[in-house]
Amino acid sequence: MKLTTTIAAGLSLLTAAATAEPLTIYAPDYFASEWGPGPAIKQAFETKCGCEIEYVTGDLLPRLRLEGDATRADVVIGLNTDDAERARQTGLFAPHNVMIDGLTMPVDWTDDTFLPFNWGHTAFVYDATKMDAPASFQALLDAPDTLRIAIQDPRTSVSGLALALWIHKVFGDDAEAAWAKLAPKIVTVTKGWSEAYGMFTEGEVDMVLSYTTSPAYHIIAEGDETKKAAIFPEGHYVMVETAAQLAMTDQPDLAQAFMDFILTEDFQSIIPEGNWSLPAKLDPAKMPAGFANLPLPDVALIYDSAEAEALRDIVVAEFEAGLGR
Amino acid sequence: MGARLGLIAAIIVAGALLLPLSAVAWRAEGWGGLDPSDWGALWFTLWQAALSAGISVLLAVPIARALARRRFIGRSMVIVLLGAPFILPVIVAVLGLIAVFGRSGIVNTALGWIGVETVSIYGWQGVILAHVFFNMPLATRLILQGWLSIPGERLRLAASLDFTATDTFRRLEWPMLRAVVPGIFLVIFLISTTSFAVALALGGGPRATTVELAIYQAFRFDFDLSRAALLGAVQLVIGGTAALVSLRLTLPSGFGAGLDRAIPRWDSRGLGLRAQDIAVIALACMFLLVPMILVLGEGVLNLTGLSAGVWAAALRSLIVALVAAASTLTLAFFMSKAIVDLPRGGWIEVVGSLSIAASPLVLGTGLYILLLPWINPVSLALPVTTFVNTIFALPFALRALIPAMRDLRDDYGRLSESLGIAGLTWVRLVAIPRLRRPGGFAAGLTAALAAGDLGVIALFASPDQATLPLVLYQLMGAYRMDDAKAAALLLVLLSLGLFWLFERGGRRA
Repeated sequence: MKLTTTIAAGLSLLTAAATAEPLTIYAPDYFASEWGPGPAIKQAFETKCGCEIEYVTGDLLPRLRLEGDATRADVVIGLNTDDAERARQTGLFAPHNVMIDGLTMPVDWTDDTFLPFNWGHTAFVYDATKMDAPASFQALLDAPDTLRIAIQDPRTSVSGLALALWIHKVFGDDAEAAWAKLAPKIVTVTKGWSEAYGMFTEGEVDMVLSYTTSPAYHIIAEGDETKKAAIFPEGHYVMVETAAQLAMTDQPDLAQAFMDFILTEDFQSIIPEGNWSLPAKLDPAKMPAGFANLPLPDVALIYDSAEAEALRDIVVAEFEAGLGR
Repeated sequence: MGARLGLIAAIIVAGALLLPLSAVAWRAEGWGGLDPSDWGALWFTLWQAALSAGISVLLAVPIARALARRRFIGRSMVIVLLGAPFILPVIVAVLGLIAVFGRSGIVNTALGWIGVETVSIYGWQGVILAHVFFNMPLATRLILQGWLSIPGERLRLAASLDFTATDTFRRLEWPMLRAVVPGIFLVIFLISTTSFAVALALGGGPRATTVELAIYQAFRFDFDLSRAALLGAVQLVIGGTAALVSLRLTLPSGFGAGLDRAIPRWDSRGLGLRAQDIAVIALACMFLLVPMILVLGEGVLNLTGLSAGVWAAALRSLIVALVAAASTLTLAFFMSKAIVDLPRGGWIEVVGSLSIAASPLVLGTGLYILLLPWINPVSLALPVTTFVNTIFALPFALRALIPAMRDLRDDYGRLSESLGIAGLTWVRLVAIPRLRRPGGFAAGLTAALAAGDLGVIALFASPDQATLPLVLYQLMGAYRMDDAKAAALLLVLLSLGLFWLFERGGRRA
């Protein structure tokens, strides 16, 4: 019986392939680009299913909301937890139907729509040859104002928003005061991660808002061990990226097959060196060597998607007020 | 005939600006007003744009004059390179400026040596510095066109009347400037009002919020389409008002026709003036070229290591650039004819200047909404990019073509009419030879701009349709700074190559 259902499923996949309608996946630009994890994941899934994946890139949430029911997406990948609630409110998504166990993430996962596929701690990255890391977030606030930091704008960047949530989580009602203490050290606020990180690698700033896994790129791709993430005992805000399938998809079997593929080792092993982040479910022994000795924080902080959505305007207001607008 | 086609072109352009805006407004759920913070953004946008445009034009005048007065080896090279900053991707320009004016940049290192306190690039001064860096070369190029349009016969007459440099300025150059500068100030003012990533990166934080950032936030963060549309409309109103004011300030120069000969400038042979011009040109070259060399120089090493995907993206950018150049030139030709010939042509000029005041985000989103019911917008990524670039480059092309078209009417209109030259014969015998130089400049500028544009492609692209600027950002987003610099170098070479080729084609008349 089980065999026949497998064969039937296989046949339905084959017919899906025969009609040559690709599985349309909406993904962020960095994910689907030649230098992201997208191409390898596409190849791995296509050999498995005998089908074709088509990535469509762009700003996921605005695009989905513009398109509404007319969307051509079958699966959306790359929405993080801070965006997920608004995505859920569109009512476009179906449950992921994937058994979640054995996640290698520091947070419990109960969401049955959004399936996590990778995560990372937000962190300040610095050059160890030029400075010593502050021992805690409080020490960073108390550091002399000659320290120069570049961050991303919470209004335009997901990592920027993560920082605003992080500060709110650590400092609570004193968040605005924390921003104000940080303000003289913040050289600039950029639209996205790339600009700020570019300023860091060019030596213009001492520290940049990035991820604890950023040093792994420098270790593995460049053999450079000098870039490090400052680890704070207060804990680090965790960004989890998720995938979800559309309720209106015209290829439910294929979309479900892709959802089922996400937590498998074939997919997850592409994440570390494809996305320079941590896989949601991968045996630590199978992580690349450059990640093995990466210092990671003990305390992971996160708001679930509903809390993050409720706090969004509040933490942005804290950012604006603290930076003296 | 030509004028009527120009009117149709103007209507198409107006539609292309207003329809997407209306589409965004129509899709909005509920209507709200502007936030108090939006008014702050508006005020910052206006004054920084006015200051950026003013400084750009003020600095451009002596540079254009020096370039017009002097002939030296490498002059044409300098003029071509002046086109470079304008087409640099924002992020490359920002990193270049930081390499010079940043904390560990050349300027502050030098100041440190002589014991002077260092200066900070972050704040409104950085925003304006970047806008001047982008736009002053453009202003120089456009003003230089004006200088070259002063007929050699007038300079000969000036020489025979023993004009000093001051006399020449008062009698010949000042009227020319009155004719071209208001329009140039306008385009730079407008382009600075839509700035966003530069303003944020160098503005140092939320105090440097511009209207375009507020639009981005309304769209991306709040998905408040009504506010995005409202802010987009505010930008267009600013653009329209500024265009009307600048039209009022423009005075026709009325030099009459000449024989297009390059004439030595007898009035400025003095040693002092020569030294002054050399200093001006040298300083301008340093200001513009050093930041670019510092960023792009390293790119040379990685140029051969770029993957096939990058080269394919470069090819796509090349095609977009060529098609946009052809279509912009066509639109600009008919529109400038209509502006000159029709009694209410000024309105067409306003429409033609508006597009740089349009928010790329609102325009792109609106087009997306308009296309969605009919076709998969993603499959049209490259045509849409080409279309939007055609519209965006139009104001620059018009700035170059309108003065030439006006001279064409004033100086050759009656002769053409009395000889019965009209239609295609007129285009072939009168228009093309006279418009070749500004036309080549306009086409080159459009091609360079279109090759470097990131505005709309990011909204529409799928991975196999990425253009070179988009690939550059992807490389940076994947930590590959060295490859990104090589891609930036490739982009600059491509854009400048196009610019140079078109200009050369224009000059060989």
